[in-house]
Amino acid sequence: MPAHALRNPVAIVGMSCTRFGELWDRNVDDLLVEATLGAVGSVPGLELGQVDAFWLGTMTSGVSGLTLTRPMNIADRPVTRVENMCATGSEAFRNACFAVSSGAYDVVMAVGGEKLKDFGFSGLEMPSVPGDGTSPNLSAPAMYSMIVPSYARRYGLTEEQVKEAMTHIAWRNHANGARNPRAQFRKSVPKEVIARAPAIAGRLSVFDSSGVADGAAAAVIVRAEDAHKYTDRPLYVHGLALSAGAATGRNDDRYDYSDLPEVVNSSQVAYAQAGITDPATQISMAEVHDCFTPTELVLMEELGFSPRGQGWKDVLAGRYDLGGALPVNPDGGLKSFGHPVGASGLRMLFEMWLQFRGEAGDRQVANPAFGLVQNQGGSPGALVSAVSIVSDRAP
Amino acid sequence: MTRKLTGITSYGVYVPFYRLNRGDIGTSLGLPGLTGARPVAGYDEDSTTLAVEAARRTLRRIPGFAPAELWFATSRPAYLERSNASAIAMALGLPEELAAYDAGGAIRSGAGAFRAALRAPAVVTLADLRYGLPGSEDELLGADAAAAFTTGENPVAELLGGASRTMELLDRWRTPGAIRTRTWEERFGVEEYLEVVQAVAEAAAKEAGLEPSEIDHVVISGPHTRAVREARRRFDPARLAAGLADDLGYAGTADFGVRLCAVLDRAEPGQSILAVLAADGADAFVFRATPELAAYRAQGAERPGGVLPLGYPDYLTWRGLLDREPPRRPEVKSPAPPASWRNMRWKFSFTAARCAACGIRNLPPRRICLGCGAVDQGEPVAMRDVRGTVATFTDDWLSESVQLPAKVVAVDFDGGGRFEFEMTDAPGREVAIGDRVAPVFRLASVASNDIRNYIWKVRPHEEES
Repeated sequence: MPAHALRNPVAIVGMSCTRFGELWDRNVDDLLVEATLGAVGSVPGLELGQVDAFWLGTMTSGVSGLTLTRPMNIADRPVTRVENMCATGSEAFRNACFAVSSGAYDVVMAVGGEKLKDFGFSGLEMPSVPGDGTSPNLSAPAMYSMIVPSYARRYGLTEEQVKEAMTHIAWRNHANGARNPRAQFRKSVPKEVIARAPAIAGRLSVFDSSGVADGAAAAVIVRAEDAHKYTDRPLYVHGLALSAGAATGRNDDRYDYSDLPEVVNSSQVAYAQAGITDPATQISMAEVHDCFTPTELVLMEELGFSPRGQGWKDVLAGRYDLGGALPVNPDGGLKSFGHPVGASGLRMLFEMWLQFRGEAGDRQVANPAFGLVQNQGGSPGALVSAVSIVSDRAP
Repeated sequence: MTRKLTGITSYGVYVPFYRLNRGDIGTSLGLPGLTGARPVAGYDEDSTTLAVEAARRTLRRIPGFAPAELWFATSRPAYLERSNASAIAMALGLPEELAAYDAGGAIRSGAGAFRAALRAPAVVTLADLRYGLPGSEDELLGADAAAAFTTGENPVAELLGGASRTMELLDRWRTPGAIRTRTWEERFGVEEYLEVVQAVAEAAAKEAGLEPSEIDHVVISGPHTRAVREARRRFDPARLAAGLADDLGYAGTADFGVRLCAVLDRAEPGQSILAVLAADGADAFVFRATPELAAYRAQGAERPGGVLPLGYPDYLTWRGLLDREPPRRPEVKSPAPPASWRNMRWKFSFTAARCAACGIRNLPPRRICLGCGAVDQGEPVAMRDVRGTVATFTDDWLSESVQLPAKVVAVDFDGGGRFEFEMTDAPGREVAIGDRVAPVFRLASVASNDIRNYIWKVRPHEEES
């Protein structure tokens, strides 16, 4: 698949992210206003009127660009609403980058937000198309929990061994989130508590699942050559990839549920754009889509951070902990930062923004070279995966 | 002139797997002395799915049979106004050139459907769910079950004669939608039923050229417990034994069929059979087992599977008699009738598409093959009787299924093709990769607009060795 690096590289020059959580006192308008004004305000001298175009990512909180223009009182601007399931935030960002790189616009914004807590359900409700009623109707944790027996059988492990790695991931992402003032869950949880929690699907408990949260995040993007007009510490984009699978895995007996080929594809495309040949050593830190703990486990292999079948060992050895060789989800991840769908991809970038600017407080990773953001939507066998590579060095 | 033999050409019974101990009912309701267990249809079964399973078992034993008619009878129809027989016909994969009829409501409609089916090459399937208010006789002594027959030439049981009488006698009644069946006092009707049972037995035997006392096997079925008991007393117990052999309780509209099947499983070629349904009058049928019966039985029927214990609270919940707090999840969505209609051969007949270019099975059928990308190369392939293996699995506590956790399995079918299903008849089962499963026609859900979402699921399958 030809997917070239941007001919005109781009950079993020301003970002913001709201607190994530059960924000009963705020609606989606409030969240989008806070994130948008925050990102504009983070760029000295920039005013909203100087932003040429907007990409809004939201899955269930509104339709069309008007979801953003109405609360912001923006008029006469191109505003596009995008949706790609849980990768919606990354999709808003990716398309905004292309637009500014093309030269059509000079300053653009990607805004992502979601108001989930007004639905009143545990878990997500996916918008559904009328059908014949034969599509398997599984909850999201159930779909992802099917990774566990597949991974265990594939590598000759017991499900208990896989669960031990899952528990480590939940424990670490909770510990990281405890250090993050914007996170939904700011509490370390002992491994014994995590391991004992009652199941909601297969081997998964609530501790293995992302938080259902409200929140929004936004980025201001310009061409790299202009970045220093806005900030002395821009975050440069080195790779931008999206892979939408054929979504046939769940109907194809050749598919193994512990494979996420869309992640392999999107990461390899992004690595090629960024000139990365050995991600296990060249990536300094990663924000990945830990919607459920088994997802993060297999992502370590699909992204090339661990050899196949070895991810569980690397997880347990602390390789991906804060202070490990390749910190993963230093901000707490979907697990404890929370997962307001349309915002999550931009929230991951926001952690990169803080980390590369040295503003991550006691989560700070020392001297990062490349940061990776991986954001996905769907389920094993029917996935979209977006990968972005960022750095404080210009491409 | 030689007379063409016609009658029953194949038969089959389906008894759902769940068993409710009457002692559990007694403990809950303070009724001492209850023993035994009754069969209960699963939370995802109704009279339509029960009828499908009995008919599948029947049709499997007569390969290549092309019925001209399908008759379905039950006292608990899943739908009114629209046909349930059409869903049954589609789930059986029968061609559209078929007349499919419901004969619903009355228990006696079972005899009517049976009688109609005996005129033509036909399949008749009788199904019922027996329940009422907690502690009722229908609950305590009832059985959920289904029985089916095919009819035509070269029968295993030749029809020799029949007779009917009709009475306008209100011994029991239920209005549409009601749970409870009401009855008049049990002594009312006994003598009247005895009279008509005797009358039809004599008339049918006479038509068959027999005396009632010559008949080898006698089945007497009916909802009036006391009258049926008295009617049976008039016959030699040895002749009644076969029809009572598999007794699991009174199966309503299906009961007459279930007992006739039990006799057919035991009768010797040449023996005569009198089957009587006593309801709102009486219907009698006299058959003679033919030499074909032995060979037919030798090819083997569906082996009875293991049974699943069911607690009284779950039984009450499944029957809508105990309104429990639902999980906090979105409301179940109904299938869209136009989509169900477009995809009827997939949704009801479980017909996949095998790609003529690469051989891969596409479940569901699709225009562009998921294996090779060939366009419009799919050829229909019936998956109803294809076994499969569990590729991976989970328990879903957030499912919209009635019974939590829902057992969800990805199934790889023998010969190719994968689909994800709720595994039914598997509460508390420890599922493992590699477990064997077989498809069954069940209900996924019933939406708030009363649309019943019929789909194919899988159930555990014990391999024949």
